[in-house]
Amino acid sequence: MISIKELESLRREIIAGRDTNKPRITVCGGTGCHASGCVDVADAFKSALKSNGSEDSVDLIVTGCHGFCERGPIVLVHPGEIFYQKVTPQDVDEIITETVGKGKLIDRLLYRDPVTNEVKPLESDIPFYKKQMRLVMGNNTSIDPTNLMDYIAVDGYVALEKVLSDMTPEKTVDEIKKSGLRGRGGGGFLTGRKWESTRNAAGDTKYIICNADEGDPGAYMDRSILEGNPHSVLEGMIIGAYAIGANEGYIYVRNEYPLAVANITTAISQAREHGLLGNDILGSGLNFDVKVTRGGGAFVCGESTALMASLEGKPGEPRAKYIHTSEKGLWDKPSNLNNVETLANVPLIMKNGADWYSGIGTGSSKGTKVFSLVGKINNTGLVEVPMGMTLKEIIYDIGGGIPNGKTFKAVQTGGPSGGCIPESMLDLPVDYERLAEAGSMMGSGGMIVMDEDTCMVDMAKYFVDFLQEESCGKCVPCREGLKRMGEVLTDITEGRGRIEHLALIKDLAEMLRDASLCGLGQTAANPVMATLKYFEDEYTAHIRDGKCPAGVCRELIMYSIDSDKCTGCGICLKNCPSSVITGEKKQPHVIDNENCIKCGICYDVCKFDAVIKR
Amino acid sequence: MTVDESKLDSIIDKHDVEEGSLIPILQDIQTEYSYLPKEALEHVSQRLNIPMVQIFGVATFFKAFSLKPKGKNQIHVCMGTACHVRGAKNVLENLERELGIKAGDTTDDGEYTLETVNCVGACALGPVVVNNEKHHGQMTPIKVESLLSTKPV
Amino acid sequence: MSENTERPRGEMVTFSLNGSYVQADPKWSLLEAMQFYGLNIPTLCHDEGLTPYGTCRLCVVEIGKGDRSKLVASCMHPVREGLEVRSHSSRVMKTRKMIMELLVARCPSSKKLQDMASMMELKEVRFEPANDDCILCGLCVRMCEEQMAAKAIGFAGRGTDRYITTPFDMTSDECRKCGACMYICPVCELRCQGPQAETTLCSGCINTEPVCAEKYDDATCFMVPCLSCVKGPMDVK
Repeated sequence: MISIKELESLRREIIAGRDTNKPRITVCGGTGCHASGCVDVADAFKSALKSNGSEDSVDLIVTGCHGFCERGPIVLVHPGEIFYQKVTPQDVDEIITETVGKGKLIDRLLYRDPVTNEVKPLESDIPFYKKQMRLVMGNNTSIDPTNLMDYIAVDGYVALEKVLSDMTPEKTVDEIKKSGLRGRGGGGFLTGRKWESTRNAAGDTKYIICNADEGDPGAYMDRSILEGNPHSVLEGMIIGAYAIGANEGYIYVRNEYPLAVANITTAISQAREHGLLGNDILGSGLNFDVKVTRGGGAFVCGESTALMASLEGKPGEPRAKYIHTSEKGLWDKPSNLNNVETLANVPLIMKNGADWYSGIGTGSSKGTKVFSLVGKINNTGLVEVPMGMTLKEIIYDIGGGIPNGKTFKAVQTGGPSGGCIPESMLDLPVDYERLAEAGSMMGSGGMIVMDEDTCMVDMAKYFVDFLQEESCGKCVPCREGLKRMGEVLTDITEGRGRIEHLALIKDLAEMLRDASLCGLGQTAANPVMATLKYFEDEYTAHIRDGKCPAGVCRELIMYSIDSDKCTGCGICLKNCPSSVITGEKKQPHVIDNENCIKCGICYDVCKFDAVIKR
Repeated sequence: MTVDESKLDSIIDKHDVEEGSLIPILQDIQTEYSYLPKEALEHVSQRLNIPMVQIFGVATFFKAFSLKPKGKNQIHVCMGTACHVRGAKNVLENLERELGIKAGDTTDDGEYTLETVNCVGACALGPVVVNNEKHHGQMTPIKVESLLSTKPV
Repeated sequence: MSENTERPRGEMVTFSLNGSYVQADPKWSLLEAMQFYGLNIPTLCHDEGLTPYGTCRLCVVEIGKGDRSKLVASCMHPVREGLEVRSHSSRVMKTRKMIMELLVARCPSSKKLQDMASMMELKEVRFEPANDDCILCGLCVRMCEEQMAAKAIGFAGRGTDRYITTPFDMTSDECRKCGACMYICPVCELRCQGPQAETTLCSGCINTEPVCAEKYDDATCFMVPCLSCVKGPMDVK
């Protein structure tokens, strides 16, 4: 147990004890870099530093996600914040001797601008980072998420100190209201108003729940925040608990995120040890503790009542919200549910003030938003930008545009509840209202870029199939409606579409929106309606001409081999899983279309572009 | 299958013995046995005083649970949006062909279980395949074959 | 069932129902109030003796004004002071009809569903019949739990794979074979005897009730046979 004063002096001690000139190697340990092999890189650094005896003179830290996942594994070398990309264990010795030892740059590991070919040795010079405003994700690159002292050193828990010593719960709620912070999980409800209604609800037992069941396919910012900076979420939760009068909290994390579970669990036990959780937090009289629950794997549990049902040990079925969860939520007690990114914004607001925060963003959408910029785009990764930045700036200036010389077709935002936005609307600023007006939504921040090779009917079908599988199945409109919507879209993509199907889709969509029990069903038709709104010609091409313009829908395409281009190398023949390609060596090959399963492997493996898809 | 009740009790006692702990307890049992044995669920029903029908509902509702034993190697193909637009379906289909099973099934020799997952949250590197908890990014139908060390016949 | 328990007994709330101001017990749901005032609201998952569940969505009504109006399940929504409720607006009728179309497509052999479809003047089912025999209304599950205190059956699976069963799909020791689940089932009581379903929709019984809403938006007269509209059984040869 420590008091506010003791925490302040602990912070001063930590900062004073750190030599800012000491060389430091930072290895990104986010999930993206994990998939690219960062664990081996970190291990190699560890053993190399040990074997040359520089363990004490060089710091090595493994951090959370830096965002630029496409270039992983990422290594930063301090002093100088030199940015190395795609680092392998073989590069480790050279980095230590050349860069750390002599301050020399290793050219092949540096970022090179794909357009100008200019070398950008510093992280802050890289266009991907330059236009970002990394408030929530900022500390991800500098702290070890398993080390509370790292968080305290970057002013962690300063916001909590301020709230507990200078502010009443009412004042705290007011400050959040004034900041204009809105829920980052999907709906964009005003966080302060949510806190206020839970605070005002009758009852002594109240809960604050952190929704980390990030189910939106294509979005992973909550994961990266929890993995990379778990204490920021915890601090936001403690402040929230104080504001609404909760003594118990839950963090509901996806089971698919083991590292996030591990890091937040570690953070909680560290916080308990240091009197930041438990009874009489920092000597303020506040009692509050948090439990971590792993989700069972159901997208619908992102819905508040379904999440609460599963915390109660029941299947994740939503219930009618005609009485709000702020009055009757978990175990029928007033409950407040906030998303991870929302909570991570709270300490920033309390530390810097609501006025500072509301100065960022647009009229109705304040602060920054983290987006996962993925799909057919050059610089895939997590980007944090101020609200109001245009889609064009995000996709072209930060994302670096579309790879392989292809043309941009649409960007999907808002996941299965959102929609797609066509090229003609790329000047749209990201803002809750503007995205909704365009038939999409902010959602949790997935931004999936699609190029000319993406079929929009197939995308609509993809989301409907996804939702069919993830619907709880409780109410008729969602269960039966999505099933039938899926059948209609399957008919269209498989060449059995009829023009009257379009009217049927609209009827089903209206019913889904009007009659479904929860948000999953009510918004389920959005991806379909948005594609129909902007890409109706693709639907009619499937229906009337029996063609898939993007060459995706298998029943409507055919593979053949251009005999002029085919060199008879035989690679397609060797890889064809259904053995329908024939031909002599060095002679043009032929595909037997009768038996071709259209897996597209020949198209992928051909080095001479001889396989034609049409 | 007979389950060791004392082992089950030690799993259960790690949690608060109450209704709200049902899902975390089932997760630990799933991890221990690679599925939820019927006898284990009956024991949980008694210890937590939760009707069997509720436990069965939970066990069949969530994707994390399985009532059939899973294979030694668990392959999860991510079907998230980012992976989908980059061709996850073709990757999955080639795995299905190579293993001779459909997604959701286990090979007869008990070596592999193939499953789909609606986004593993490594979207920047799609298509992603998770092989025994190790993430593999930027997969292609051909590349994915190298993840299968022993191909079942 | 309303949760406004803090109000003193006997005090009523006033709200607008299809343009008339009516009073209701604050503990009532909208459905209970509408039934009290004699309105015929279709339901499939509702039973007076069981906890409302809100799954079939046939009882939806429109509340609120203009652009901000929305549909809510009346069996779950409490009556509230000043609420504006329209039980048979064109939006409501269109939605109910679409839901009915889905239900008949799922279980075309149920007489109850075919009758209800007829009442709603459903003329066409645009889907392949699924020939299932359960609409997952959950009446049997609630009957078993709440009235029989057995908890022998429940929902399993999710989404389109959801079904009702005993644990592990095996004979359950909890089941006393009381038959209450079959008694309350709205679908399996009677097979439709009309022309068998080449078209999915039976149409064996003529449409018995007019739906004036298509013409007058908010108004439906509920007279059988209809005396003011042209459509009705008297016009059917």
